[in-house]
Amino acid sequence: MSTDVSAVDVTAPVSGGESRRPRHWGRFLLPTYSWLVIAYLVFPIAVMVIYSFNRVTSGLQLVSFTWNGFTWQWYRQWSNIPGLTSAFWLSLRLAIVSTVIATALGTLLAIALVRYRGKRFRGKAGFEQVLFLNIAAPEIVMGASLLGLFVTFNVARGFFTLVLAHVMFSIAYVTVTVRARLSGFDVALEEASYDLGANPLATFRLVTLPLIMPGVIAGALMAFALSIDDFVTSNFVSGSSVPFPVWVYGASRVGTPPQVFVFGTVIFTVGIFFALMSLLVSRKKT
Amino acid sequence: MSSPRRHGAWSRGLAPYLLSLPAGLWLLLLFVVPLLIMLSITLKTCSPASGACVMTWQWGELPHVVNQYRGQFVTSLIFAFVATLIDLVISFPIAYWIAFYGGRRKNFFLIMLLVPFFVSFIIRTLVWEFILSDNGVVLTFLRGNHLVPSSFHVLGTGLAVVAGLAYNYLPFTALPLYVALERIDRRVLNAANDLYATRRVTFMRVILPLAIPGIFAAFLLTFIPAFGDYVNQEILGGTSNTMIGTVIQNLFLIDSDYAGGASLSAVLLVISLLGIWLYARLLGSRTIEEYL
Repeated sequence: MSTDVSAVDVTAPVSGGESRRPRHWGRFLLPTYSWLVIAYLVFPIAVMVIYSFNRVTSGLQLVSFTWNGFTWQWYRQWSNIPGLTSAFWLSLRLAIVSTVIATALGTLLAIALVRYRGKRFRGKAGFEQVLFLNIAAPEIVMGASLLGLFVTFNVARGFFTLVLAHVMFSIAYVTVTVRARLSGFDVALEEASYDLGANPLATFRLVTLPLIMPGVIAGALMAFALSIDDFVTSNFVSGSSVPFPVWVYGASRVGTPPQVFVFGTVIFTVGIFFALMSLLVSRKKT
Repeated sequence: MSSPRRHGAWSRGLAPYLLSLPAGLWLLLLFVVPLLIMLSITLKTCSPASGACVMTWQWGELPHVVNQYRGQFVTSLIFAFVATLIDLVISFPIAYWIAFYGGRRKNFFLIMLLVPFFVSFIIRTLVWEFILSDNGVVLTFLRGNHLVPSSFHVLGTGLAVVAGLAYNYLPFTALPLYVALERIDRRVLNAANDLYATRRVTFMRVILPLAIPGIFAAFLLTFIPAFGDYVNQEILGGTSNTMIGTVIQNLFLIDSDYAGGASLSAVLLVISLLGIWLYARLLGSRTIEEYL
């Protein structure tokens, strides 16, 4: 990037004069700007964390944005709101179940898409288009059309329909993530396994799966994050079992209890902890 | 590929289909079929009294509904467009900085870009509701310094909705831009330098043209979800400036007007697909998927 311009022919003085200023871009202006953007991204999260410690003075236990002093009260009473707690456990169960299913189905599909093409896998192009459409379509369209399906076929809405919906919108993300890691996969390793007498199942379990595991884990994390945070689709298909985002949205139209911020803060802390840990681990390895 | 002698040619030939069958069935029954059902409803004519729909193979509801909610479509287009432009302007420099100057801390900065995703979408939007409220941090500060008149409100206006959309979808813009800039071959930049291009010329004539597909991808990946969003409008926009997502949600969940809701959803889908189709036509074989 920063070739020494002074070594260049003196007949190009413009280029020499210009080279100093852009360096400031890289050294000072751009970093300052970037940190400001990061501050902007972190700002509402900081507000959430701070106000999860705010005392409430009025009779109604709702978040208010006058600072009344520090308290651990909402962390001690984190489970005091029955609807919120059960919505959270429901979201957790839902995310685990749909992540397991979506990761399994999405990984198998990714293997099929990477490994077979042309005459060996007719319909591959169709699959690619469906996957792409699934990612690109506005979520409200998917949620609304699913509701239409469940109403048409008289399917009672609840945990079951939530799982159906969450797996549906997670598969494509898992497949895309796994496929990206799978593209550099050396087929000769599987051939070696067959030559040593392993059957296809053993080969998959002992050779293929360990090699693509980083991709599978990344895909599973993606599916989990999508599921636990989903509001739009869940709002259409949840019926009487209310997941965490749907409950919070409903409650907020009346007033937000401080425990919502406690849950938000805890989820954020756990998530960012794992993200930074994985960063440290991957840095040590390289 | 691997030895077909050991396993029957029959099972080998079936392998791709067996591997893709479960996911394929799931997507067929819960994604493709519902979309087709939804599109078929737009071809039905429904009686407003009973709500019963009969297949008439006419675009019965469609022109009527689109006309009725034209204003909300226009509002959604404008809000989503403005929010996407803001996101492009905000995130291009930071994506550029991370891609070219990030060094060993690249991944750390990428996590910082994704940091909003570690908080639930609804909670993020609720916090913005509090921040932008009349007694919130931003307005108190601006009023205190006499930068805005005391009657100035943000909450309940289009400004708040655009601010919420811009915040919530920023990572959708920044990441594709980063991928596009990161992918630029550094040797091309060295070549530009060797040919006496100034930094500005290098940026305008080398970096920017190479980043164009990424900029378009970032635009679509932000614009499409923002266009169909209704959470920001409902929480931050109050009862005014209704977006099309709100209308669709109300038609389905409150009015049980499935024909109307399905027709609007179909239009929303077609507009999104039109954008993707244009992208493919204008920018050739490179697919948006590369930027996910």
